[in-house]
Parts: sequence; structure tokens; C-alpha cells
Amino acid sequence: MTNTATRPSDLQDERLQNREGIRGTIAGFVDKIRGGDLGALPVVIGLAVIWTVLQILNHGFLSAANLVNLLLESSPTGVIALGIVCVLLVAQIDLSVGSVSGLSSAIIGILFVNLGWNVFAAIAVAVLTGVVIGWVYGQIFNRFGVPSFVITLAGLLSFLGLQLYVLKGIGTINIPFDSPLVIFAQLAFVPAWLSYVLVVIAAGGLFLSDLAKARARRGAGLSAQPLSLIALKSGALLIGLGFAAWYLNIARGIGWMFVLFVALVLILNYALTRTKWGRAVFAVGGNVEAARRAGIRVKTVYTSVFVVCSTLAAVGGILAASRLAASSQSSGTGDVNLNAIAAAVIGGTSLFGGRGTAFAALLGIIVIQSISSGLTLLNLDSSFRFMVTGLVLLLAVALDSVSRRSRTSHGRA
Amino acid sequence: MTTSTLDRSTAPATILSLRGISKSFGAVAALTDISLDVAAGEVVAIVGDNGAGKSTLVKVLSGVHLPDAGTIHFNAQPVAIPNPTSALDLGIATVFQDLALCDNLNVIENLFLGRELRPARLNDIAMEVRSWELLRQLSAKIPSVRIPIASLSGGQRQTVAIARSLLGDPKVIILDEPTAALGVAQTAEVLNLVERLRERGLGVIMISHNMADVQAVADRVVVLRLGRNNGDYKVGTVTPEEIIAAITGATDNAVTRRTSQVDLRTIQPTVLPDGTVEPPSSENLNDKETER
Ligand SMILES: Nc1ncnc2c1ncn2[C@@H]1O[C@H](COP(=O)(O)OP(=O)(O)OP(=O)(O)O)[C@@H](O)[C@H]1O
Ligand SMILES: [Mg+2]
Repeated sequence: MTNTATRPSDLQDERLQNREGIRGTIAGFVDKIRGGDLGALPVVIGLAVIWTVLQILNHGFLSAANLVNLLLESSPTGVIALGIVCVLLVAQIDLSVGSVSGLSSAIIGILFVNLGWNVFAAIAVAVLTGVVIGWVYGQIFNRFGVPSFVITLAGLLSFLGLQLYVLKGIGTINIPFDSPLVIFAQLAFVPAWLSYVLVVIAAGGLFLSDLAKARARRGAGLSAQPLSLIALKSGALLIGLGFAAWYLNIARGIGWMFVLFVALVLILNYALTRTKWGRAVFAVGGNVEAARRAGIRVKTVYTSVFVVCSTLAAVGGILAASRLAASSQSSGTGDVNLNAIAAAVIGGTSLFGGRGTAFAALLGIIVIQSISSGLTLLNLDSSFRFMVTGLVLLLAVALDSVSRRSRTSHGRA
Repeated sequence: MTTSTLDRSTAPATILSLRGISKSFGAVAALTDISLDVAAGEVVAIVGDNGAGKSTLVKVLSGVHLPDAGTIHFNAQPVAIPNPTSALDLGIATVFQDLALCDNLNVIENLFLGRELRPARLNDIAMEVRSWELLRQLSAKIPSVRIPIASLSGGQRQTVAIARSLLGDPKVIILDEPTAALGVAQTAEVLNLVERLRERGLGVIMISHNMADVQAVADRVVVLRLGRNNGDYKVGTVTPEEIIAAITGATDNAVTRRTSQVDLRTIQPTVLPDGTVEPPSSENLNDKETER
């Protein structure tokens, strides 16, 4: 290395191969994949395969109208899956999200429709119920050390029972079509012009923040992304999102409920990657004892994660009730639970803890919803849906285990 | 070094003081009635055989284990150290024998774990710059700080763990076998570091099995044997043989016998007919020893 002095201070080790510029980025990416750090790659490839197959089987599948619906359908369970990502990151599980979402639907139905409460008050109570449930899980987990699997299994049964109890003699509560909830979940779409504005804001925001980061890194004497790469990334985002918006706008466009889901994904992504809390979550998932010795309040982290998960489950329940325009004894039952957990895992969240992103929920639920929607279009009933979803889940978990092994051998555990 | 030793002897400000510390794990009494004093600007080496209770003592001091009995004074105040956070808050930083790093996090994330800069909007750049400073100070040979800890070698991890203890503003640093996995240059750097820490007036507790390292940097040597205090020596007034005798509990012990009589090279491994090598058997060893 003749030019050591001129190299950024983080790239001075002579064993480091030159990985600068766009070529270097691609080479680094290939290294990562080889090392078993698959990230979102399998789910993106899987989605492409599933979409191609379903489109060949039924030409209506990739129509704008179907995709608009698909995204709306994804949102309630996707929000629940987001919470599952959090608990999986600390290597725990919450099996009760379906029941909690059902209970929250029931609360909305009773308070808002039957008792005529203000909609925001009803939402607040439902969400608060989620918070309290998560807090209780956290306390039981921390105090008695009961495995989360068992605690939440008990929760699954208890809250399902509670939901059935409060709806006893009522059966199904229909939420009026002119209520803000149903309008939000079924009829409210982002105007075309606004969708393009949002796309430009997203791409521009990425460009500016990357640019500012690169400048700050260079100022601190560290290596930074070259301008060309930054421009390429945000350009790709602009084109990708722009095309998606244009295509969806052929039909009704992008539903506000899906926008809410994406906003929650982005917020959680920020919290997990850019805050102290997020670091603590990953540390606890990676090595609890090390996290504890580093002075992290491990119990608080567990509680916070259970609270986030149950709260998002409650929000998902509200969205599901709004989408269906009804809350009933069957809300949140059936496959909601398993779909939410499967979505998080299919999206690339490791069951072993310490590995995953908020985007896993988004990608995973789109895979699951695509299967569901495609098979419905083919007039195949839920029996097939279960079998195919089960198969995809198995594939995802197998991939997780294999890539974990590969990571270990490539030193990326 | 000698001048600073003299300064300290005139004004010894005891920063950490343990009395009567006991800790059992079930039927095993890992620590019994342990006393230990550490002054500001003093390096205390704790030595002892495997299982003597050194790491257990470290864990009591760092809040990992609660002692069953005994008192701890920090800056002349009685304190309890119920959890690692309170140890860190007091200013006791520890490098654990098992390092306690998170494999899934990268070097920067591990270094700043629990002490991230700007909690609500992490300042990655400042943390990365500081990480490089710390690691260079220790002559760390780490190619990149943005790779997961899992991909580092044992010695590189140890360096990261040591670097982590320097963050913040510790008053006492505890190093549990800090140089066990280190190369020559890195060991020298760690010993230099220990001396720098002493000059900065920190109390340093160093656990080591390496007598040369202990003699090189320690001011005092505290010997533990089977969970009890078994000697407290000032370096310079004691020979390695005396320390070893205290560690093993006898002047006539395996170590002195080996160093004085047995020449290892005379014990040849046996090459079996199929070409494999059989290590010298224990009878072999005994034979050699009785032969003398
Ligand atoms: N968590 C634990 N549970 C039960 N017993 C333990 C535990 N930690 C240590 N011990 C016991 O306490 C005794 C002292 O162990 P310790 O780790 O303190 O030894 P050490 O002096 O650090 O030895 P080494 O030189 O091998 O590191 C041992 O007998 C060990 O078996
Ligand atoms: Mg030990």
C-alpha cells in the first residue's frame, strides 16, 4: 500500500481489498451473500417466482386492481407481523397476536358501534389494551422466567375466551360504512398527484440524507459512498416507486391504510437501526448475558418488545375490523396468528434472534397475501392456501437455518 | 515507575476495598472471606490456580454475581453492586474472561453497547472515529470496524473487549486474563496501557497466569487459593518462586520440580508402528521425575 496516508482512516488495513465505488459495492454484496448474510434477497427472489407463476396461471393476478387490493389486504396482518419481528429479534415469540387483535376488534365494535363512543376514544382503549397485555407478558416473563412461548400460548387462549365472552349474545357487530374507520380502510386512497409527490420526497430524502452522511463521513476522515452510487440508489428508488405508483394509480391507487402500514415499517426501522433502544434489542437477541454486562437493562428491553408487539397486534385488529367493516367472534382467529408469524420469518427475520429488519414484515406479508390472493383467483379454497403457505414457511425457516450455518463458517454469525 | 510507587506510598488513597467477601455456588464455596484493597494509581495482580475463584471475584465486583456476605467500599463509601449497571455507574469497568461480546453486532456497536452517543439518533460517525482511536491506541490489528465480531480472531476480540472498558470514564479497570489470547505486540501494548492507566490514577486489577507480565506491571500481587486469600505481596520484595508457592500451597510443587529438574525435551513422544504419535504417558512423566 503506497497510498496509505491518502486512504480514509477506516480503510488503512492492508489486508482490505479495495472495495470502493459501484464495483466495490457489488463485490461487497456478493461477498455478503456468499457468507450467508442473505438479507432480503431470498424473499425478493421468492416473490418474483410466486408472482410469475401466479400470473401465468391467472392473467388477472398482476392487474392493477388486484394489486391494489392485495396491498390493502396485507396491511392489518402486516402491522401485526411488524410486532412479531420485534419479539423474534430478542429470540422470543408471541403466539397470542391473533387473539389480541381479535380482542381489539371486539373492543372497537362494542365501544364505537354498540356504545356509540367517539372513534378516537374507542381506538385509544383498544390500543391501550394491547399496551397493557404486552406489559403483563413482560412482567411474567421477567419475574418468573416462564418461556414466552408458554406465556403467550396462555394469552392466546385467554384473550380468545375474553373476546368470545364480550361478544356473547351479540355475535357480529357491523361497523357502518360511512364511519371514518371503514372509509379509511376501504375507500380512502392517496390522490395520484400526491402519490407522485410522496415518491419524489422518498427518493429525494434518501438522496439528501445519504449525501449529508457521505459528507460528514468524509469530513471525519472516513470512507464514504461516492456521489455516483448515492445518485444511482435514489434514482433506482425513484424509478421503482414511481412505476409502482403509476401502475397502482391505473386502478384505485394506493390505499391510506397501506400508507399507514409503510409508515409504521419506516418508524420501526428507524427505531431498530438508529436508536439506542434498537441496539439494545439486537444485543439482547445476540447475547443476553453480554448485553446485561454492558449495562443494558435487559428486563426493560424484553418488556418494551412485548409491549410493542401486543400494541401493534391491537392496531392490526382495529385495521382488520375496519377493513371487514365488522368485528365478530371469528375476528383474529384462524390463520391471522400464523400468517403474522410466518410473514416475519419469510421476510428474513431469524428465529434464533438478533437478526432481521422491519422490512421483513412488509416483504413477508406481501408473499403470503400474494399466495392467498392468487389461489383465491384460481378458485382454490383455503385448504390449498394453507398447504402452500406452510410450504413457503418451511422453505423460509430452512433457509434461515442453512444461512445461519453458512454465516458461522464465514464468521458472520 | 519507581517514583510513582514512592508517591503512592506517601498518599495511598484506597479507592476500592473488599472485606469478608464470600460467595458459594450450591455446595461449592467459590470465595471465602476475601479481602482486597486497590488504591488509585495502583496495579493489583490477582493470581491463583484454575478455579481459585479469580473470575468469581471479578464478577462480584462487576455486579454479575451478588456476594453472599461481605462489604464493598468504593471511595470510602459502602456500596452495593447488585447489577452490572451499578458497577458501570460507580466507574468499575471490566474485561471479562469470556469477553461478553455480541457476535451479531459489529465492532463499533459492541464498543459502544449500552453507551451509544446520541440515543435517539445514533451518531455513527463519531462512534466510528472514536472506535478507531481506541483501537489504534491498542495497536489493534482489525481490518474493519464494520464487520460482525464473529468474524474476528480470538485476540482481535480480546482487544475489542479491552477497548470497550476504556470508554466512559472508569475509576477502576478490571482485566480478567487480558493478554491470554494476544500476540507479542498486542500484549506489550496492553501492558503499556496498564501503566498508562496507573499514571492516570486509575485503580487496575489484573488477573493473569503469566508471572512475567505480573512482575512487569503490577505493584502488588494478591494470591487466591481455593477461594481464600493466600498472600499479598509487594512486587520487588518477592520472588516468583514465593508467589508460585503461595498459588500452589507448597514450596515443593509441580512447578518448582519441573523448572528445576525436568528437561521436557528428554521426554520424547513415541512413534507408533502405524506412523501416529503417542503423547508421553503420565507414567513416563513420573518415571522421569522419580529418576532424578
Ligand atoms: N456460575 C457458576 N456456577 C457454579 N459454579 C461456579 C460458577 N462460576 C464459577 N463456579 C465455580 O467457582 C469456582 C471458581 O471459579 P472461577 O471461574 O472464579 O475460577 P478462576 O480462578 O477464574 O479460574 P481460571 O483460572 O480457570 O479462570 C470453580 O470451582 C467453579 O466451578
Ligand atoms: Mg477465570
